[in-house]
Amino acid sequence: MGNGKTNTELIAKSLEKRHRRQTRLKYYGLFSILLGITFLIILLGSITLNGYTALQQTVVQISVNISPDKVFDDNGNISEEVMYNTNWDGLAKKAFRQEFPDVVDRKEKRKLSDLISSNAGYDIKWMVSQNPSIVGKETKLWVKTSDDVDQLLKGRLTVNVPEEQRRLSNSQLKWVKNLTDKGIIKKQFNTVFFTSADSREPESSGILGAIIGSAIAMVVTMALALPFAVMAAIYLEYFAKPGKWTDFIEVNINNLAAVPSIVFGLLGLAVFLNFFELPRSAPLVGGMVLSLMTLPTIIIASRAAIRAVPSSIRDAALSLGASKMQAAVDHVLPLASPGILTGTIIGMAQALGETAPLIMIGMVVFLVDIPTGFTDAATALPVQIYIWSDSAERAFYERSSLAIMILVLFLITMNLLAVLLRKKFEKKW
Amino acid sequence: MQRFVAILPIIFLSTTLFSTEVTARNQIKVVGSSTVFPFSTIVAEKFGKSTKFKTPAIESTGSGGGMKLFCAGVGLTHPDVTNASRRMKAKEFELCNKNGVTATEFIVGNDGLAFSNNKNSKRFEISIMHIAAALAAKLPRTTGLEDNWLKTWEEVDQFVAGNVSSQALVGLPNIPIRVLVPPPTSGTRDAMSSLFMKSGHKKLGTYSDVGKKGAAKLREDGAAIEVGENDNLIIEKLAADGDLFGVFGYSFYDQNRDKVQASIIDGVALNFDNIASYKYPGARPLFTYVKREHLEVIPGIKEFFKEFISEKALSIDGYLYPAGLVPLSDNDFKKESAKLTSFPAVTIK
Repeated sequence: MGNGKTNTELIAKSLEKRHRRQTRLKYYGLFSILLGITFLIILLGSITLNGYTALQQTVVQISVNISPDKVFDDNGNISEEVMYNTNWDGLAKKAFRQEFPDVVDRKEKRKLSDLISSNAGYDIKWMVSQNPSIVGKETKLWVKTSDDVDQLLKGRLTVNVPEEQRRLSNSQLKWVKNLTDKGIIKKQFNTVFFTSADSREPESSGILGAIIGSAIAMVVTMALALPFAVMAAIYLEYFAKPGKWTDFIEVNINNLAAVPSIVFGLLGLAVFLNFFELPRSAPLVGGMVLSLMTLPTIIIASRAAIRAVPSSIRDAALSLGASKMQAAVDHVLPLASPGILTGTIIGMAQALGETAPLIMIGMVVFLVDIPTGFTDAATALPVQIYIWSDSAERAFYERSSLAIMILVLFLITMNLLAVLLRKKFEKKW
Repeated sequence: MQRFVAILPIIFLSTTLFSTEVTARNQIKVVGSSTVFPFSTIVAEKFGKSTKFKTPAIESTGSGGGMKLFCAGVGLTHPDVTNASRRMKAKEFELCNKNGVTATEFIVGNDGLAFSNNKNSKRFEISIMHIAAALAAKLPRTTGLEDNWLKTWEEVDQFVAGNVSSQALVGLPNIPIRVLVPPPTSGTRDAMSSLFMKSGHKKLGTYSDVGKKGAAKLREDGAAIEVGENDNLIIEKLAADGDLFGVFGYSFYDQNRDKVQASIIDGVALNFDNIASYKYPGARPLFTYVKREHLEVIPGIKEFFKEFISEKALSIDGYLYPAGLVPLSDNDFKKESAKLTSFPAVTIK
């Protein structure tokens, strides 16, 4: 050695440096993970902080006396016809104004009425149809307040600014305080959010319509994507002869998996809507578009799962006289199914969170009715979030955050299920 | 079993494609402007709750997108109604004609374009000339048309005062021009092009230089920032950045008065009265169009319009007023509600 050191000395000297390098690398990795976790916590934390208040809805107690001729027909039966002709809105507002008999000015009266939800009347109608015994006597009912009062009591409304820049006027603030002092205004669990579809009034809007829309679309996606993907995977693994064609198909499948989802939306618009003339905004079309999008993901996962089954199993089946198809369907497929299932669930989770392709086929739509079939107009969970985040009313902000929390919960559940299934059924050969 | 597995996808495909022939639709489908969307949805919800008809499904596609879908044809797969924050264009009318679509036009109310910035920043008192000069793609110089070279509001102020002798300096600050504007598919953008840009160029005396097309063109060097149809996003950005400006409809301004302030334009503040009287230069009517061919086919369309074009909805005591819709004058309202009996076809040249 030129500088008079032995190999051992050189190695010993470089060893320390190499160790330092390794430690550095370790900390770089650790730092990246910590950074990722920090951002995740900030993201989920801010969404939760914004959204958890939507779990509660402010209600106010009013005392109404509904005369029977507004509900029952001449024979004394509860009648839809009669109820349609009743001015429920006016009834609710009048009942609420009784709390403040000293307000007489027309403008002030109007401001007072604005404190309760403009859907309060329809809520009373619904309560009556559920429980007709409240008709004909003085009854105390809890009805929803307007979104502005709700936001005020949740501390989300700035009050220390001049009156004309505020959503609530001085007198309105005074009335709300009065109600609070009387103890007839309270916050309760927001059941409406989980039992209804969209509404223009934040206090009447819910997520159920979107969840059902998503569910219908997912059923279609699953029913289309899974069989096609498994068939394609079996063909590619067992029947296709290696060659240029197979390579070409394989490259294309991998490419499709990386195509931006909006492209599938455009495809859906051109093929399903314009050519096949399927209805716009239908979850059937949504599911078809999403299945195109998830197909490559599931094919790739299924091929990997099939390939992971040792060839000895197939060879054994074939040598005992099974046909290629028998070997594939009866022996390989059952063993590969946990892997296929995992891939499917992950693909479905991806489809569940997708908005872009649904915009193109008209699923970004305002709907008050909950969809009941494949061709009904429907929206989907992520789309609902998009719609709410675009609404002017402040109260939709917390509702879109809560909807995000629900969507994330669904995704976590699905991904967890995929992990658990893999753990449970995974076979080591 | 095996045979079943093999034909499963084929069965499914054929059932989905052929069993879903569009059966009679009993839900009204509405598309169109995102500015009219909030009003249209409120009416739809009231309509659904107070009648036996289904609540209409309403999509927010932008005025241009809505017209394209609306005029695409007659039949159950095509929408019945489209909203627009500007009148139907002659080109769109031709497309409708070609596809056998005739429409009845209703004006549902008025709106005003807000030119706003953060509440804590200086409130601008400007003219539409300043907006036009700040956002124009090209402006004339002695040597001819040139790409807009104005970088700050101060420079805009000097340019306008230098070009128009009657306009004194208004004292705009030395901050860079950055304005959030709606996308080209939006009717709000069309209204902005005609009310702020074209009229601004005319007042500025640059209209003949830039031409009709050039007057509507916005600069593309980053001073005019195009954002999507999400007006809440604009509000959020204005709240976070004191030097930014944004252009959006009155209803969003009305809901966010505690965060943003509207500039005073040509000496007129953006408020309810100034829109109703059309004193405010950014005031514009809002439209909705119904497909006459569908009137007798889809149940509830006529009733839906009776709900929409009613005093209950549109007047100053109506339920759309709190949502930010500026009502029509009594005369105009009478004109619109008279259309409810015959649903006359509109002609646009």
